[in-house]
Amino acid sequence: MDLLAFFDIAVLDGTVRLGVPLLLACLAGLFSERAGIFDIGLEGKMLISAFLAAGVSFTTGSVWLGLIAGIMASVVLSLLHGLASITFRGNQLISGVAINFFASGITVVAAQAWFGEGGRTPSLSGAARFESIQFPGALTRIRDIAKADLPMKVYSELLSGHTIIVYLCILIVPFVWWTLYRTRFGLRLRAVGENPGAVDTAGISVYRMRYSAVIICGVLCGLAGAYLSTGLQAGFVREMTAGRGYIALAALIFAKWRPWQALGATMLFGYLQALAIRPDILERAIGIRVQTQVLDALPYVLTVIVLAGFVGKAIPPRAGGEAYVKER
Amino acid sequence: MTAPAPAIELVGISKAFGPVQANKDISIRVMPGTIHGIIGENGAGKSTLMSILYGFYKADAGEVFINGQKTEIPDSQAAIAAGIGMVFQHFKLVENFTVLENVILGVEDGFLLRPSLTKARKELKQLSEEYELHVDPDAVIEEIGVGMQQRVEILKALYRQADILILDEPTGVLTPAEADQLFRILGRLREEGKTIILITHKLREIMEITDTVSVMRRGEMTATVKTAETDPAQLAELMVGRKVLLQVDKVPAKPGDVILDVQNLNVTDAQGVHRVKNVSFNIRAGEILGIAGVAGNGQSELLEVLGGYEKGTGTITVNGQPIDLTGKYSDGQSRRKRGIAHVPEDRQREGLVMNFSAWENTAFGYHSDPRYQKNVLFMDHAAIKADTAEKMERFDVRPPNPLLAAKNFSGGNQQKIVVAREIERNPDVLLIGQPTRGVDIGAIEFIHKQIVALRDQGKAILLVSVELDEIMSLSDRIAVMFDGRIMGERLPQDTNVQELGLLMAGVQGDAA
Amino acid sequence: MQKMPNWADVVLVPVLSLVLAAIISAIVILAIGHNPIDALGIMVKGALGNSANVSYTLYYATNFIFTGLAVAVAYHARMFNIGGEGQAYIGGLGAALACLYIPWPHWTLALIGGGVAAAVFGAAWAAIPAYLQAKRGSHIVITTIMFNYMAYPLLNFLLNGPIKAGGMEPATPSFAEAMHLPNLSAILGAVGISFSDRGPANFALIIALLACVFVWALIWKTKLGYETRAFGESESAAKYAGIKPTKIIMIAMLISGGLAGMMAINNVMGEAERLVLNAVEGAGFIGIAVALMGRNHPVGILIAAILFGILYQGGAELSAELRIPREMVTVIQALVILFTGALDNMVRMPIEKLFVAFGRKGAN
Repeated sequence: MDLLAFFDIAVLDGTVRLGVPLLLACLAGLFSERAGIFDIGLEGKMLISAFLAAGVSFTTGSVWLGLIAGIMASVVLSLLHGLASITFRGNQLISGVAINFFASGITVVAAQAWFGEGGRTPSLSGAARFESIQFPGALTRIRDIAKADLPMKVYSELLSGHTIIVYLCILIVPFVWWTLYRTRFGLRLRAVGENPGAVDTAGISVYRMRYSAVIICGVLCGLAGAYLSTGLQAGFVREMTAGRGYIALAALIFAKWRPWQALGATMLFGYLQALAIRPDILERAIGIRVQTQVLDALPYVLTVIVLAGFVGKAIPPRAGGEAYVKER
Repeated sequence: MTAPAPAIELVGISKAFGPVQANKDISIRVMPGTIHGIIGENGAGKSTLMSILYGFYKADAGEVFINGQKTEIPDSQAAIAAGIGMVFQHFKLVENFTVLENVILGVEDGFLLRPSLTKARKELKQLSEEYELHVDPDAVIEEIGVGMQQRVEILKALYRQADILILDEPTGVLTPAEADQLFRILGRLREEGKTIILITHKLREIMEITDTVSVMRRGEMTATVKTAETDPAQLAELMVGRKVLLQVDKVPAKPGDVILDVQNLNVTDAQGVHRVKNVSFNIRAGEILGIAGVAGNGQSELLEVLGGYEKGTGTITVNGQPIDLTGKYSDGQSRRKRGIAHVPEDRQREGLVMNFSAWENTAFGYHSDPRYQKNVLFMDHAAIKADTAEKMERFDVRPPNPLLAAKNFSGGNQQKIVVAREIERNPDVLLIGQPTRGVDIGAIEFIHKQIVALRDQGKAILLVSVELDEIMSLSDRIAVMFDGRIMGERLPQDTNVQELGLLMAGVQGDAA
Repeated sequence: MQKMPNWADVVLVPVLSLVLAAIISAIVILAIGHNPIDALGIMVKGALGNSANVSYTLYYATNFIFTGLAVAVAYHARMFNIGGEGQAYIGGLGAALACLYIPWPHWTLALIGGGVAAAVFGAAWAAIPAYLQAKRGSHIVITTIMFNYMAYPLLNFLLNGPIKAGGMEPATPSFAEAMHLPNLSAILGAVGISFSDRGPANFALIIALLACVFVWALIWKTKLGYETRAFGESESAAKYAGIKPTKIIMIAMLISGGLAGMMAINNVMGEAERLVLNAVEGAGFIGIAVALMGRNHPVGILIAAILFGILYQGGAELSAELRIPREMVTVIQALVILFTGALDNMVRMPIEKLFVAFGRKGAN
């Protein structure tokens, strides 16, 4: 047993890497649900963005063009969700499920038609990927890092060497908080998820607020998806989101729809995912070898446990999940 | 000297919702600096008309003039710009926002909130003083009472510089004292030159405060008269289209043995709020006990516990036998087996499944009745349909079609389906909440007669209603609830609206 | 006021939704460089061209009947069970365990034993999300999805360890010969119809049809069904009427999980005759589209299941002949869910308007 191994720098580094897409997706869900639109389609939007970002990056050689393409694809699905749940007052759960299946199918069909590699994109390299940004003086070779002292390890492995999206994420949480609680847009957004009637009678368009929210949701999901295929990994493979959209939703409930808490919740799940891919470290920490399948199931089991118990009383936005109909 | 232009003039307004004509060629003139009442039954089209004026709906035909200027009001924003403010029946407030945040919503002064909040705080202070509209700007809406929430709504309108204020059924949620305070505020606003439109179905309020009154019936404007030149009987006739009995015919009660006895009942809801506090009362055979009170003072929870779908503590007996308040046999079906029938306050949310047909709704709650079962496995649909057809005929439900979904009946006919289901079971105890809410006058008379007839058969009836008139005319005894307690009991012949009003406001009378 | 006649609601709206889904699917096929008409031809021929292909189509349809009914039963209680996939996986485990460890002397007994085990296992996998929804308010959509993700590692572990047959493949040994369910050709042969025995359709189809009848009677004829529908329509009214939410949620989800699990009669006992890792092949998810398209009614589900059977089998031909991946079926499935479920109003509202307009004219 070596409990300190739980705080292994490599695992913490992995926490950040794996937590970032969860955080982006979680904040995406936060905007949508705060405006009263439930969105279980985060998964599908991330997936389609991951695919298109990788495909366009490979084809054009520019990861930035890929990112834009990914975000646009995600926003298109967001607008579809908006059309179903805002304009046509459809069932938001069903719409989300449809979007997830659509993304799951179309990415493979399109990847096959485009690259003919069995539903994946070719590996990305160079400018077609988000490169790690190395801080000055940071060690890059694993061998050197292993030999370095703790502050240097933290600096080189945990702080340095992430992609631009990860560093942007450091700013995003305070920015979301500020937008939500300090701006006119945030006030109206929160109001429309609590009582759209109040917003409507105040002369603000409920539709416009809700569409804005789902578009922001699409942009953030797009960012998350593009990061998966062009930052975290080097290319798209089928179903590469692996339930992250749903885990992000669980984190959102855990965080009770608040941005700072969302950071905490997603990093917790990121940590579990990071631990799950390092059975060696887990074995060192608890002294027993754990079946890989148990580790595979771990993030999902913990999501259920979080939803079942530790949430406490999570009160979702009052008008959540329901289309706005003017009263007579 | 020419007369001033009307503050509002509507000319030939028509509006249809699908096949329903909600407003038919309506014209009306409201003079500035007056309080203009619009009275009519539920569904007469009052709210639709005001929603058109506030830009919520687009009229199919007709024109709107504000201060003599023809004005298009495509949305609420335009109404606000034209100086119109509206206080809805159901307040349009964001519950977890503060008063200040609610006031600035939609009229913020810029992208950042802070300057708007500072400005609104100052202006709110001024407005409060000017019109005696006292509120705490930092209070959170869900933590303040309805009276104050209503003042926030008025302040919202004033903050938007409204000169014309529309209030839709504003006293429904207020105690008589709070209503008086509201009327004082309205009087004050009139003095300041504001124009007020008061929508209500209560004749008393019209007589008390308005200068002019317009009567609506079935989407049409039947008359506009000076309040001073009319009387309640004439208005009632204009509303309904025929002479109405404002009084319920009934012989004095002949109470028998105690049927329902409630001792020390306490209810705490899921949020941990203590809703019903040590309530005790009994009802004898052949007696109607009316529970008066402003909505939200524990009456609903009282009904829910008696009806078996809310948990409580205390003792309740029916014919001397205790009934379970918790556990396996504390549910609606067990209650019905013990002879307690229940017409709930909200027929659309509770009493009926709106997408179920009339026959399915007639079995609702009684679906375990052996008469409705074909065998151990299946229900006997034919038997239920036959039973429904019979009940519909006896209660004159229109259309008398058991296959039609509940949502396709009018409010009065929906209520008749519920009342028929519960009364025709020959219960020992009838719980009946808001029996005539949203029901047309014809059906009101019918339902009142059924309640009295059931009493005369020797049943115990608990009547809960926020309409004081209804309580006064139906009850043999009246208990008033305030803040979860019974404030006192009165006999209808020995009390009056003023005294009951004080009890409803929590002011303890000496004999209580 | 009724806005439009019943037939429009039951037939016209779903058919129009399907047409829309078909048009978008055609555009997708066009976009990846194929002719949708040719593709349709290949699909129809592949699904219905000869009796062996029909057998495949019916085999898939059988799967979808089970999973579609599973979604529908839960839906009537307003529970959105997206966990059919996982429940079918675990149902397969139940069937496999029953068939591997109990020496049933005859296939009829194996059918009962294995079917019950499949249903119990499937129901058990649905029980935890159901309980968490009923008692703790945990969102059943997310929990059932999580249980899908957990079912796979569980089977992966078991099929690579405790119940693995010899050899490389993660699968159990084959069930004993006596337990094999009769092929559809044998059943039809008994009544004098000749049908290919090269396809996998088997006795499970009969069970699926019986399940349709069972669900129909349950939902529309029994007290439990009445209570379930009342609860699904209005939770507050159900509480007033003394219908217990926990009971309804649990029972509806257990039946739902049981039906999804019973799919194993078809794919595990009837076809593979052993348990392999990816036995369910997305049928649990297709059940959602089938239920929505079938308006949660067994008759509708039967029709929708056959349609998806055609799609699925035709899709296999499509991938063989045009190298369009099988995932094309997922795309179509998504479009069907989108148009018949989420965008229902988009199709319905104009039709309602038309009927109101014509109704007025007729009345004048």
